[in-house]
Amino acid sequence: MAEQPETSTVQTPAGDLESSRGRSLPDADTCRELLRQMTLIRRFEEEAGRQYQRAKAGGFLHLAIGEEATIVGTTSVMEPEDYLIGTYRTHGHAIARGTDPKNVMAEIFGREDGTARGRGGSMHIFDGERRFMGGYGIVGGNLPIAAGLALASDLKGTDEVTVCMFGDGASNTGNFGETMNLAALWSLPIVFLVENNLYGMGTAIERHSAVTDLSHKAEGMGVPGERVDGMDVIAIRECVADHLRMAREDRRPTLVEAFTYRYRGHSAADPEVYRDKHEVEEWRQKDPIESFAKRLVDEGVVADGFLEEVRAQVEEQVVEAAEFADASPDPPLDSLYDNLYVLPEESGGWYAVDERTPDPFRGEREREAAERDRVRDLHEAGAAYAEEGDDEGRPADEAQGGGASGSHSREQGRSGHPRHDQRDEDDDRGDGEPEDAI
Amino acid sequence: MAGTTSMRMREALNAALREEMQRDESVFLMGEDIGVFEGAFKVTEGLMKEFGEARVRDTPISENTIVGAGVGAAMAGMRPVVELMTVNFSLLAFDQIINHAASIPYMFNGQVRVPLVVRMPGGGGHQLGPTHSHSFEAMFLQIPGILVACPSTAADGKALLKSAIRDDNPVVFIEHETLYGMRGEVPDDEDVTLPFGHAAVRREGEDVTIVGILKMAHEAERAAKTLSEDHGIEADVIDPRTLRPLDLDTILESVRKTNRVVIVEEGWPHGGVGANLAALIQEQAFDYLDAPIQRVTGADVPMPYSKRLEQSAIPHPEHIVSAVLETTAGAK
Ligand SMILES: Cc1ncc(C[n+]2csc(CCOP(=O)(O)OP(=O)(O)O)c2C)c(N)n1
Ligand SMILES: [Mg+2]
Repeated sequence: MAEQPETSTVQTPAGDLESSRGRSLPDADTCRELLRQMTLIRRFEEEAGRQYQRAKAGGFLHLAIGEEATIVGTTSVMEPEDYLIGTYRTHGHAIARGTDPKNVMAEIFGREDGTARGRGGSMHIFDGERRFMGGYGIVGGNLPIAAGLALASDLKGTDEVTVCMFGDGASNTGNFGETMNLAALWSLPIVFLVENNLYGMGTAIERHSAVTDLSHKAEGMGVPGERVDGMDVIAIRECVADHLRMAREDRRPTLVEAFTYRYRGHSAADPEVYRDKHEVEEWRQKDPIESFAKRLVDEGVVADGFLEEVRAQVEEQVVEAAEFADASPDPPLDSLYDNLYVLPEESGGWYAVDERTPDPFRGEREREAAERDRVRDLHEAGAAYAEEGDDEGRPADEAQGGGASGSHSREQGRSGHPRHDQRDEDDDRGDGEPEDAI
Repeated sequence: MAGTTSMRMREALNAALREEMQRDESVFLMGEDIGVFEGAFKVTEGLMKEFGEARVRDTPISENTIVGAGVGAAMAGMRPVVELMTVNFSLLAFDQIINHAASIPYMFNGQVRVPLVVRMPGGGGHQLGPTHSHSFEAMFLQIPGILVACPSTAADGKALLKSAIRDDNPVVFIEHETLYGMRGEVPDDEDVTLPFGHAAVRREGEDVTIVGILKMAHEAERAAKTLSEDHGIEADVIDPRTLRPLDLDTILESVRKTNRVVIVEEGWPHGGVGANLAALIQEQAFDYLDAPIQRVTGADVPMPYSKRLEQSAIPHPEHIVSAVLETTAGAK
């Protein structure tokens, strides 16, 4: 482990963690780049949130504001050929791996130029070229996959390492225990990194995990761990670099527990009844961007006002990304079945049995031209519901009577995000209908 | 006669849980974020405050284990209601649902029962993409040993959930995410339950039978209205309300009258609810059919996120109207 000269400590709800303040900084270019990336991710996430409020994005939107140091500190010490895999809160992870923010934003908008051509959305960002092996909507689903990535690296005799990031809540899944055991048993080159932001959705860690010191949670399965201040980009960097080395050279999987915090709700529609506003404020005092910028100025690495310069730079980049995403077209309807299967020439049989495919399925009789038009028209008619919003031209009185039927309406919920539900117009709850939030 | 109150589906389900918890001490709830957070879809709003943390239990993210704990508690005499945040997450609990809950009563020769309810919302329309938007009615329907409920109205939601809780069998209770905000008249009488296996005939007609479940029960009604107004075609619209047991008699009676059938579901076509029902109908009433049975289903793909792609992958009234016109072509 690195030499540790004089140390100070950082207080977190988990206790005191050693600060990197006493340790020397990396070279000036690296420092500037760390700050730039964190600032870019912060501004990108703010913009994504704003666009969601404007209904440019649908579904759930999970922002990583506050968690930038954990992300950037980690990716900054990874090799280009290392794999990174994460959760549904990974716009920033992709950006930190080098994915163009334009394509991430376009995916959030569900457009043709998105990282997955609008198939995956905000929760499912992917960039294989940069070895960002995906965001995953199933909590804990990425852990076994990480073991498989590392297994492949091992079988191929490379020295690639897989970094697997997940939340404190995910440490309660069966996948966590099973993956830890497998990784240790097979000596897989993998670094597990738990982004402990103290909550799994609306449930505080002490209400969801019997062992709250997550760094020790996998020890019994053969994976030792270490805690680090996830708001301190330098501390994260050094810690993850150590663990990457253990994986790469010693073939030892380990667990890093990064203490971090999300300033925003779990997703955009979270009323945050489960935590105290003061707690959020306290964590904001440890802001990873502000504190790192201050340190850079204090130690003479950058001039006063550097952070403002960086902010102006990323502002332009993020605004451009939003404009790019908005200008990107919707994916064409006849792409609905793209990439469902690889279709080898020699295989026979029907792969799918739905008439929405614009061309007949293999094995299906040639459709007549009129039939094909009918199918295309229907396909269009279905897609048109996307434009009509939620008021699909149905009379409001359909909503009443015998519990028979509701009308579609577009309604502002607490967060102001327009809804797409079968609801009626009148709302007897003063504060509006509750928002769904996962 | 007792009156009714206008309620949203989520409020009706909430009332069913509250009333059954008041009525029976052995009823308790488990689920992720159902207590302090009051549920991802707010179905359990206020229940932790009313019944306390022992009976409204926030759980870790451990779907298979909380369903399994429900199985065990049910075997030992409790009546657990487990909430899974979406049907997609029920896939993590398939072992406990199929290998355990469904098999235990049979495997141990009836020495023990599993009066467990597992609630879960599914369906598309919210742009939640391929890990949060699916419809698995068909998968649950296939499993011998569990009952499957799929209410489409607030009144049915409340009455069926009460029946499910009182039932001695394990019940998979499927809700639809886009129906939670839908309002309907719900009987005030706390004793109103809805025994399983009774379909609702939502509309009557002579020309065609349309069977639809969950959100598609509503789309079927809308299609029937269009068919009547624009095409002079009158449809029987049937909502089975439970898939196991299935009220096949009501459906067959209608088929014998109309001789034509369209089955609508949001799930996938291969091995779907409609595929199963079509097989049953042709086995039982082949001689009464005047045209091939038509199915309207979700597209045969994982649910895409893009709003236009998603809407194009979900059945709409237009698809149903088109299928009905195919099956009635030449009849009028
Ligand atoms: C298997 C599964 N169960 C439940 C959910 C719903 N869900 C989404 S995020 C979340 C909380 C996860 O918390 P944590 O792992 O701490 O990650 P964080 O969101 O804090 O980054 C839950 C319960 C899910 N997506 N997948
Ligand atoms: Mg968390």
